[in-house]
Amino acid sequence: MSDTETLVRDIEPDDGLGAAKKTLTEALLYLNAVTVTFDGFRALNELSFTVDPGEMRAIIGPNGAGKTTMMDVITGKTRPDKGDVFFNGGTTDLTRLDETEIATLGIGRKFQKPTVFESHTVLDNLRLALKGQRSALPNIFRRETAAERECIDAIFETIRLTEHRDRLGGALSHGQKQWLEIGMLLAQDPKLLLVDEPVAGMTDAETAQTAELLREINANGHSVVVVEHDMTFVRDLGVRVMCLHEGSVLAEGTLDQVSANERVIEVYLGR
Amino acid sequence: MSTSETRPPALLTTSGLVFLGVLGAAVVLVPALNLLTAPDSALHVPTYVVSLLGKYLTYALLALSVDLIWGYVGILSLGHGAFFALGGYAMGMYLMRQIGPRGVYGDPVLPDFMVFLNWKELPWFWYGFDLFPFAALMVLLAPGILALVFGWFAFRSRVTGVYLSIITQAMTFALLLAFFRNDMGFGGNNGLTDFKDILGFNIQADGTRVVLFVLSAVALGLGYVLCRFLVRSHFGKVLVAIRDAETRVRFTGYRAENYKLVAFVVSAMLAGIAGALYVPQVGIINPSEFSPANSIEIIVWVAVGGRGTLVGAALGAVLVNYAKTYFTSGLLAPYWLFMLGGLFVAVTLFLPKGIVGTFYDWRARRRASDDIPGAEPAAAPKPAE
Amino acid sequence: MLLALAVLSAAALSAAALAGRAEAQDVGGALAQLATNKYDDTEAALSVLALSGDPAAVGIVSALAEGRLVFGGTPPRVFIQGEGGALLDPLTRQPVADAPAVKPVRVNNRVRRAIEAASGALSLVSPDPAKRLEAAQAVGRSRDVAALPALDAVLAKETDPKVKSALALARASIVIGQAGVSEADRIAAIEVVGAQGNQDALALLRSVPADASPAVKDAAAAAIAGIERNLALWGAAQNVWYGLSLGSVLLLAAIGLAITFGVMGVINMAHGEMVMLGAYTTFVVQELIRTHNPGLFDWSLIIAIPLAFLFTGLIGVIIERTVIRFLYGRALETLLATWGISLILQQAIRTLFGPTNREVGAPSWMSGSFEIGQLSITYGRLWIIVFALLVFVALLAVLRLTRIGLEMRAVTQNRRMAASMGIRTNWVDAMTFGLGSGIAGMAGVALSQIDNVSPNLGQSYIIDSFLVVVFGGVGNLWGTLVGAMSLGVANKLLEPYAGAVLGKIALLVIVILFIQKRPRGLFALKGRSIEA
Ligand SMILES: Nc1ncnc2c1ncn2[C@@H]1O[C@H](COP(=O)(O)OP(=O)(O)OP(=O)(O)O)[C@@H](O)[C@H]1O
Ligand SMILES: [Mg+2]
Repeated sequence: MSDTETLVRDIEPDDGLGAAKKTLTEALLYLNAVTVTFDGFRALNELSFTVDPGEMRAIIGPNGAGKTTMMDVITGKTRPDKGDVFFNGGTTDLTRLDETEIATLGIGRKFQKPTVFESHTVLDNLRLALKGQRSALPNIFRRETAAERECIDAIFETIRLTEHRDRLGGALSHGQKQWLEIGMLLAQDPKLLLVDEPVAGMTDAETAQTAELLREINANGHSVVVVEHDMTFVRDLGVRVMCLHEGSVLAEGTLDQVSANERVIEVYLGR
Repeated sequence: MSTSETRPPALLTTSGLVFLGVLGAAVVLVPALNLLTAPDSALHVPTYVVSLLGKYLTYALLALSVDLIWGYVGILSLGHGAFFALGGYAMGMYLMRQIGPRGVYGDPVLPDFMVFLNWKELPWFWYGFDLFPFAALMVLLAPGILALVFGWFAFRSRVTGVYLSIITQAMTFALLLAFFRNDMGFGGNNGLTDFKDILGFNIQADGTRVVLFVLSAVALGLGYVLCRFLVRSHFGKVLVAIRDAETRVRFTGYRAENYKLVAFVVSAMLAGIAGALYVPQVGIINPSEFSPANSIEIIVWVAVGGRGTLVGAALGAVLVNYAKTYFTSGLLAPYWLFMLGGLFVAVTLFLPKGIVGTFYDWRARRRASDDIPGAEPAAAPKPAE
Repeated sequence: MLLALAVLSAAALSAAALAGRAEAQDVGGALAQLATNKYDDTEAALSVLALSGDPAAVGIVSALAEGRLVFGGTPPRVFIQGEGGALLDPLTRQPVADAPAVKPVRVNNRVRRAIEAASGALSLVSPDPAKRLEAAQAVGRSRDVAALPALDAVLAKETDPKVKSALALARASIVIGQAGVSEADRIAAIEVVGAQGNQDALALLRSVPADASPAVKDAAAAAIAGIERNLALWGAAQNVWYGLSLGSVLLLAAIGLAITFGVMGVINMAHGEMVMLGAYTTFVVQELIRTHNPGLFDWSLIIAIPLAFLFTGLIGVIIERTVIRFLYGRALETLLATWGISLILQQAIRTLFGPTNREVGAPSWMSGSFEIGQLSITYGRLWIIVFALLVFVALLAVLRLTRIGLEMRAVTQNRRMAASMGIRTNWVDAMTFGLGSGIAGMAGVALSQIDNVSPNLGQSYIIDSFLVVVFGGVGNLWGTLVGAMSLGVANKLLEPYAGAVLGKIALLVIVILFIQKRPRGLFALKGRSIEA
C-alpha cells in the first residue's frame, strides 16, 4: 500500500494535460513519460496519458505517430526505455509483466492486422478466447460448461457471425475477421480493450455497426482505447479524442476541439 | 440452426477406426500365422518378418510422436531420434544387465564392454537397470527429462521455427558425439548388443518375438488414442492455435511455452517408448541412432503420410520403411538414396499434405455440401515463419 | 679457479693461433701425437686441432673422420691419403716423395665423439656466418664441455650479432649444467638461457645441478616460471591460430549459407554438398592436369576456384529453378526438400567417384611452414585464411557495390515492391542462390586441402555452418564472420582442456544455450518484419 503512495508522489503530473489527467490511484491505465526508441529513433517520446475506468478513448494520429507502439508497450510486447505504465489504479506495474500476464490481468488487444486462428473454426476461435482456465494441464480434461456455451452464443449474436460458426477462421473475409477478433476480445471479457484500426477494410455500413458495437461494449462497463484513422468512425464513437504525433500527445479533447487545433490540422488532418 | 451444442469432434474418426482396426487385425493375424502355421505353409509368417513388422510399428509410434509436435504445434524437431535412442538405451541397459555372467568374459555384473575397458565397477548410472520396472521408468524419464530441460530453455526464450530445428539438430549431434565416447559408459561405438533374454524369456524365441510385436502394436494403438485425445481437447486446440499464431495465443492469456513444453515432453516420452520396443526386436542399440540424418528421415515419414493427421504419420513410417527394406536389399540398393532423396523433394513439391491429408481434402471436396467441422485439423499448416 | 685459468689460456692460445703465429708448432705437435696412434693421444691432438682454427686442421680432422688419415715411417709421421692412394703432407697438401708404408690412424667411439666436437669447433671459425651459426647451435645442443674453450675464443672475436648470440647461448647451455662454475657465471648463463624462452631452454634450466647454491636455484626457478608463462602464452597463441584457421574454414562453409539463409530465408540443407562438389571439382581439375599437363600442377587450385564457383553456382541455379522457387515462404518444407537433394547429390558422387576418399594434392606453395616466435604457421592454413577473407570482402563488395547486390537487398526487404519497380525477382532469386552455392563450391576447393575428399565431406560441415550463421545472427554477414571466428577459436581453446570430442560437445551446448539468450544471434537484425 505504502508503495503505491510513494509512487503517486514520484509520478506527479508534470505538465498541462489538463482536467483529463487523473491521479494514479483513480486511473485504470496510467502512462507517464514513456519513451521507446528503435535504433535511436524515438517511436514514443515522453508519452503520458491516463484512461479512467469505464472510459472510451479514441486515438488518432498520422502514420508512424506511435499508436501501435503505444499498444505494444501496454500489452508487454515492447519494453519502454523509460517511463511508467500502471494498471488498475497503480496497483500493477505493466512494464514488469509479459504479454500473457498482462492479458490475464484483463487487457485485451485487437491487432492492426487481423489475426485469428486460421485453422480453427470460428466457434473454436471464440472458445479459445473465452475467459477461463489458461493452464496447460487442466485444459487437457476441460469440458465446456453450459454457461460458457451461452456466453458464446451471446457473443455470436453480438458479432453477427452465427451462421459462420463452423467455417474456418482463415476462410473469413477481412471484415469478418475484424469482427471475429472483436468477438474474441469480448470473450476474453477484459477490463480494458485496446483496439487497433478496427474498421480498416470495412464498408460504411459495417463501420457504423462497429462503432455501435464498441459503444455497446463500453456501455457494459469495459474501458476501450480505439486507434483509428477513419474520422467518420471516430465521430460515430462520440468520445474523447487524443491525437498522437511523433510519439507524444499533440492535442486532446472532443473531436471538434481536436480537429480545430492548428497543429493537428497541420500534421494530420490537412487543410 | 445449429447452436454451440454441436458435438465435440469424436475421439475416433473414421480413419482412426480403420487404423485401429488394421492394427487389431495385425495383432491377431501375425501371431497366428507365425505360431499356428507350419513353417513350410504358404501362409506362414517367419519370425524375422514378425520382428521386421514390429520394427515398423515402433517407427510408426516414433512418427506419431513427431507428428504430435510438428503437425499440431509446428515444432519441427530435427532431433527426435535422440529421444528414441535414449528410450532404446534405457531398454538396452536393462537387457545388458540381464545377460549376467553369460557374457564373453563371464563377469557377473559388468557388461562385456566394461570388462574390455578394464573397468572394475559398474558406473552409478547403471545401477537399478537390472530391475525391469526401474528400466521401464527410465524409458520414460530419460527422454522426458531431456525434453523438459531442453524445451524449458528453448520455449521460454522463444526460439522458434528453423532456429529451433537447428538447435534440436545440434542437440542430437552433441549426444551422438557423446555416446561415441567409450568413457561415457554406454558401449561407445558398438553400443549395446548380444542380448540374451527379457523378463526371463529368451529374446530370440518365436514366442517372445510375437509378444514384442503385439506390444508394439498395442503401444502404437494406445499412443494414437492418447494423441487423438490430446489434440481434440481444449489443450490441443491451443496447440494448433500456437502453430498458427503464437503471438495471438500469448495475448489471449495462454502461456504458449508451457503448452509447447507439455506437448514436447509427451512426444519425447512416446518416442522413448518406441525406442524401448525397437531395441529388443532389432537386438542392438548404438550411437548411430542419434545421427541427425536419422532424425530428418523421421520427418519425411510424417510428411509422406500427411502432417497433422496422426494416422498419416504412422502410415508414412510403415510405407517408407517397407520401401527401404524392399529397395535396399535388392538390385536397386545403390539407388535407394536417390529414391529417398527424390521422395523428400517430390512430397514437399507435389504432395505437401501427404497421402492422408490429400485424401482428406479429396473427401472434403466430395462432401462439399455437408461440413465436417473440425473433424480433422487443417492438414496444411502455415509455414513457421 | 684452475678451470678459469685453463679457459683463459686456451683463449689466449686460440687468439694467437688466429693471429697467424705458432700454428705450425701446435698443429705440428698435434700431428706428432696423432702419429702415436694411441686413442688418448688422438683425442688430445683433436682438442688442440679444434682450438687451432688452422685451415689445415679442418682437412686433418675430416680425413681422420673418413679414415684417410694414415701414419707410417720412422719416426712415425702422419699423412693424408688423397685420391688414388697418393700420400699428401697434412699441412701443405703436397704429395710426399718418399712414401713409407702406412696404416690408418685408429678411431673408437670416444675418438669419434671428439672428432665431432672438433669439427664442430672448427666450423665455429668458418668464414661463412651461416656455417658458424649452425656450428654454434650444434655445439649448444651437444653441451660438450670440451668445446667451451673454443667457444670462449670465438665469442671474443665474433662480430655477426646473430652468431654471437648463438654462441653466447651455446656457452650458457654448457655452463649451466657444468660442475664447479662460479655462481655469477652460472646465473648469467641462466639469464641467457632463460631469455630464450622455449622448450629447450626449459630442459636446460631443469638441468641445473642439485647442489647449486640457493641463489642459482632461485634464478633458475624464476627463469623456469617465466618461460612456462611465456610458453603458455605461445601455446594459447598457437591455439588461437588454429582456431582462426578452423574459423576461416567455417567462414567459407557458412558464408554461402548466410546468403541463402540470411538473404533469401531459404534453409539449404544441400549446402554441404555444394562444398563437396567444389572439392570434387578440384579433384577432377587435378586429374586432368596430371594426365595432360603436369607442369600446371601448381596452378591447379587457382584454376579450380573459378571452375568450382561456376559449376556449383550452376547446380545451385538449377536447384533454385526446379525446386526451391516453389517453396518460398515455407522454410521448413525447403529444409526437407533440400535435404532430399543433398542425399541425391551425395549418392550421385558416390556412384561416379566411388565411396572412398579421393586424393587431392597440395601445390608447392601450399606446403611448408615458417615460424614466428614459438608459433608454427603452415602455408596451407595461412592461404586458406587469406582466401576466406578475400571471399568475404569480395562478397561484401558484390552486395554493396554492384547492381545485382542492390537488387538482392531490395528483393530481400520487400519482394513485392521490388517486383513492381521492375526488378526481375525470379532472376534475382536464382542469382542469389547461385551465388551462395558458388561460394560453397569455392569453400570446397579450400577444404580439399585440409580434409578428406569423400561424398560425406559436406555432412561434416553443415551443422557447424548452421550454428555459425545462427550464432552470428541471420542476415548479417559481419555476424557470420565474427560467429565463424569465435566458434573456431573457442573450439580450439577448449580442445586442450576437454579433448576434441568433449570440446565439441561443450561448444554445441554453449551455442544452444547462447541461442536461448539471444534467439536471433549475436548481431540480430532489428526491425518489425522479423517479429511480425
Ligand atoms: N520493431 C520496430 N523496429 C523498428 N522501428 C519500429 C518498430 N516498431 C515501430 N517502429 C517505428 O516506430 C514508429 C511508430 O510506429 P507505429 O507502428 O507505432 O505507428 P502507428 O502510429 O501505429 O502508425 P500507423 O498509423 O501506420 O499504424 C514508426 O516509425 C515505426 O517505423
Ligand atoms: Mg499502427
